[in-house]
Amino acid sequence: MTATSVVRARAGARAGRGGLGPLGVTAATVIAVAVVLAAIGPELASADPNASDFAHAYGPPTPGHPLGYDSQGRDLLARLLTGARTSLLGPLWVVALGMTAGTAIAVVAAWRGGWLDSMVSSVLEVMFSFPGVLLAMLVAAVFGPGLTSAVFALAVAYIPYIARLVRSAAVAERHKPYIQALEVQGLGAFTICLRHLVPNLLPLLAAQATLFFGYAMVDLAIVSFFGLGVQPPDADWGVMVASGQSGVLQGYPAESLLAGGCIVLLVVAFNVLGERLSDGRRVHRPWRLFRRGGTA
Amino acid sequence: MSGILDIDHLTVTLAGEDRPKPVLSDVSMSIAEGEAVGLVGESGSGKSMTVRSIIRLLPPGARMEGNIRVRGVDLGTLRGAALRKMRAEMPVIFQDPRAHINPVRSVGDFLTEALRIHRRMSRAAAEDRAADVLDEVGVSEARRRLRQYPHELSGGLLQRVMIASALLAEPRLLLADEPTTALDVTTQAEVMAVMDELRRERGLAMLFITHDLELAAAICDRTAVMYAGRVMEVRASASLLERPLHPYTAALATARPSIERKVDRLTTIPGRPLSAFEAPDGCAFNTRCAHVRESCREQRPELRTLLDGQVACVRVEELQAVSHD
Amino acid sequence: MTAYLIRRAIMLMVTLLVSSFVVFTGLSIAPGNPLATLAGGRSLPPESIQVLVERYNLDEPFFIRYAMWLGNAVQGDLGLSITLRQDVSDLIASRAGTTIALIIYATVIVLVVGVAFGLLAALRPGLVDSLVVIATAVVVAVPPFVAAIALIGIFAVGLGWFPALGGGSGFWDGIRHLTLPAFALAAAAAATVARVTRTSVRRQLHLEHVQTAVSRGIPYATVVRRHALRNAAIPISTLAGMTVASMIALSAVVERAFGLNGLGAYLVSAALSKDFAVVQGISLVLVTAFVLVNTLVDVGATMLDPRFQLGRRS
Repeated sequence: MTATSVVRARAGARAGRGGLGPLGVTAATVIAVAVVLAAIGPELASADPNASDFAHAYGPPTPGHPLGYDSQGRDLLARLLTGARTSLLGPLWVVALGMTAGTAIAVVAAWRGGWLDSMVSSVLEVMFSFPGVLLAMLVAAVFGPGLTSAVFALAVAYIPYIARLVRSAAVAERHKPYIQALEVQGLGAFTICLRHLVPNLLPLLAAQATLFFGYAMVDLAIVSFFGLGVQPPDADWGVMVASGQSGVLQGYPAESLLAGGCIVLLVVAFNVLGERLSDGRRVHRPWRLFRRGGTA
Repeated sequence: MSGILDIDHLTVTLAGEDRPKPVLSDVSMSIAEGEAVGLVGESGSGKSMTVRSIIRLLPPGARMEGNIRVRGVDLGTLRGAALRKMRAEMPVIFQDPRAHINPVRSVGDFLTEALRIHRRMSRAAAEDRAADVLDEVGVSEARRRLRQYPHELSGGLLQRVMIASALLAEPRLLLADEPTTALDVTTQAEVMAVMDELRRERGLAMLFITHDLELAAAICDRTAVMYAGRVMEVRASASLLERPLHPYTAALATARPSIERKVDRLTTIPGRPLSAFEAPDGCAFNTRCAHVRESCREQRPELRTLLDGQVACVRVEELQAVSHD
Repeated sequence: MTAYLIRRAIMLMVTLLVSSFVVFTGLSIAPGNPLATLAGGRSLPPESIQVLVERYNLDEPFFIRYAMWLGNAVQGDLGLSITLRQDVSDLIASRAGTTIALIIYATVIVLVVGVAFGLLAALRPGLVDSLVVIATAVVVAVPPFVAAIALIGIFAVGLGWFPALGGGSGFWDGIRHLTLPAFALAAAAAATVARVTRTSVRRQLHLEHVQTAVSRGIPYATVVRRHALRNAAIPISTLAGMTVASMIALSAVVERAFGLNGLGAYLVSAALSKDFAVVQGISLVLVTAFVLVNTLVDVGATMLDPRFQLGRRS
């Protein structure tokens, strides 16, 4: 997460403002479909995701059970659909908490400046030293495993990344004439920030939230894969990848592959959409005065 | 004629956004051994593109017609090692040394790289040579400079380093692409003087690109004036400046500020300079020329030999006759 | 330069101190008393409780406890595992080798594969470039546990080229057992490095100083190596270092998926069995390694750029 965020920010420097482009639209569609399925999916599934029937263990698809069964003879489609809900709600909480706290810290630091700003910056610098997954494991050990611990741990771990990005944008915004004009008019700092400054940062915040949603999804899945997040028998894609591993070794990879595939598909979609949302402002077009090869 | 450099009917087209974009149109000129030729024009006239065509450093998708010969060798036939050897023998002095010298390699690395690759010199021998030449171009403490990085040197010093790197190749022909435009006015004169002196000492031929007609006249034997990717007039520098034949040259000459003449307002050429791809039919200058006639819009005037050079204007004789009356 | 290094060293110490404090505090903010947390909900005989109280100075105030714990940790004493009743340091030492080998193996893959594909894409615009761009875009999004499962399914179960589980014995067998885990760990990082290599080498190739080198007749391969790649090395090494650092935490994932007896896998099982002393010890070791690698890479990348040194000096 540390490393990839840099590249993605860099890769965002693509030409073209405005529209999302065909790839961006595809990504948005994938996400929309996933959200709809997560919302109504569990009602669509004909089978109970937790009802096991060992007679059908690793059973192939049958009518009414189009994806077959897992190692305990539970319906895979039903588990994927219920898993979608936890797999999307978890990251949503992480992003909501992390973005709110990170933005609040960043805006206060940027508004006040001075010693408060430099102190916040150094604290964030130190917080970078804690990888999110490690913090989640520590929290799980202290408070016991579960989705709540994992969500809080990851939200805290993301704060420095979010706050650093937002701070630099907020500092730039704070020095713009319109903000100074509002100050001269005697508006309070809180009102200006909430009504003017933050709304102007919204495009940036939306793009960042989308990107961080993808990271949070992976990190939460990792924690669940360890058995420290969502607890079996509840269905979750990370849990399914882990519980399907014994199936992979026996030649029944369906459960792990389907759950893993869902994660990868959604993460790619969030990354693409996040990149597209952050596009448009910086256009980088090098003057290509170079012919490849000294032999050209 | 066969000089050190002959350009014959050179036409270059770049791959444009939607359609091919011509940047040079039927350019011909030649430089004799030891001769300095100035290439003068406004931005977008194709001066730099001419240099890039000579060293074959054109953008991908560029198409080149006509031919360029260096001492009789057609550059278009060269590939690989032969092309690199030819490039090494006609070094370019680029406009902005800050951008054109690798910022993370030392000055010594920059100067010795070509020597070590082309002449297989040892590092020590190459550094000795580099230090000597740095000395010649007026860089003090040459040894210490070799260990420094570009950001530690001023623009003027860095351009001297660029000139030194060109001289280290022991060329017969220098290509100078606005070598002083990026420098302070005071350093400009110094750098120009060093370059001019060393060129004359060594009897090097030079293609000197500038937008400054007077500067070209001061240091070049002949001057060519370009407009919209074509050559308008090529003549001995002194007479070109004193008695321009082409209306465009004349306009350029009067547009420059002068200390001798006191004017309330600088004369400007009406309209904006056109690039080759915007050029109208006929004479490229016909949209801005004060002496335009119907015939100027119909046929493109050829470069004709006249007096001490060549000029591409159908009305030269008439206009000269008028101005002599 | 020296001032910069001193500044970085101070920052490093502060960061390590704060991280160790976070790791330690976990014990005190846990619900219930520290003794219960250390015991992990087990009922212990009085003599064991006495051992714990003495070992962790539980009758001392909080900050004294922290200072003593940190002093011990610096000397290599990380406490006692409640489940195995052994010194945490010994338990860590016996497992660290696997994790270090895994991370070094994965780092080599990240650098070699990542830079090679990035360079290939940068130098061959068109089909090759598009393939690399698309492939890396997908691989970047593959979490290590999905990569692990996929590699096991294809290369261990399907093709039978590599073992699916375990660490193996001896050097070559060890390498064979670590190959799939290392690739699973390296996949996303290698794709990231490939993308950065591609963009930064390509940006360099379009810069004026590269044109100068070409115009001086320097062979293209030399221009790429001495100029484009050398200058691109600054962003590439920064990023590669960050990915390697992030692998320290992610190694737990592949160790767990491949049944390797490393630090990360042990951290997970200790967290699951509430062996708090082990969780603390391993967390401290991993965070220290993470911070150290990050600092080293940062300083190293700075050294690669001569422009920076002057900026600091003057």
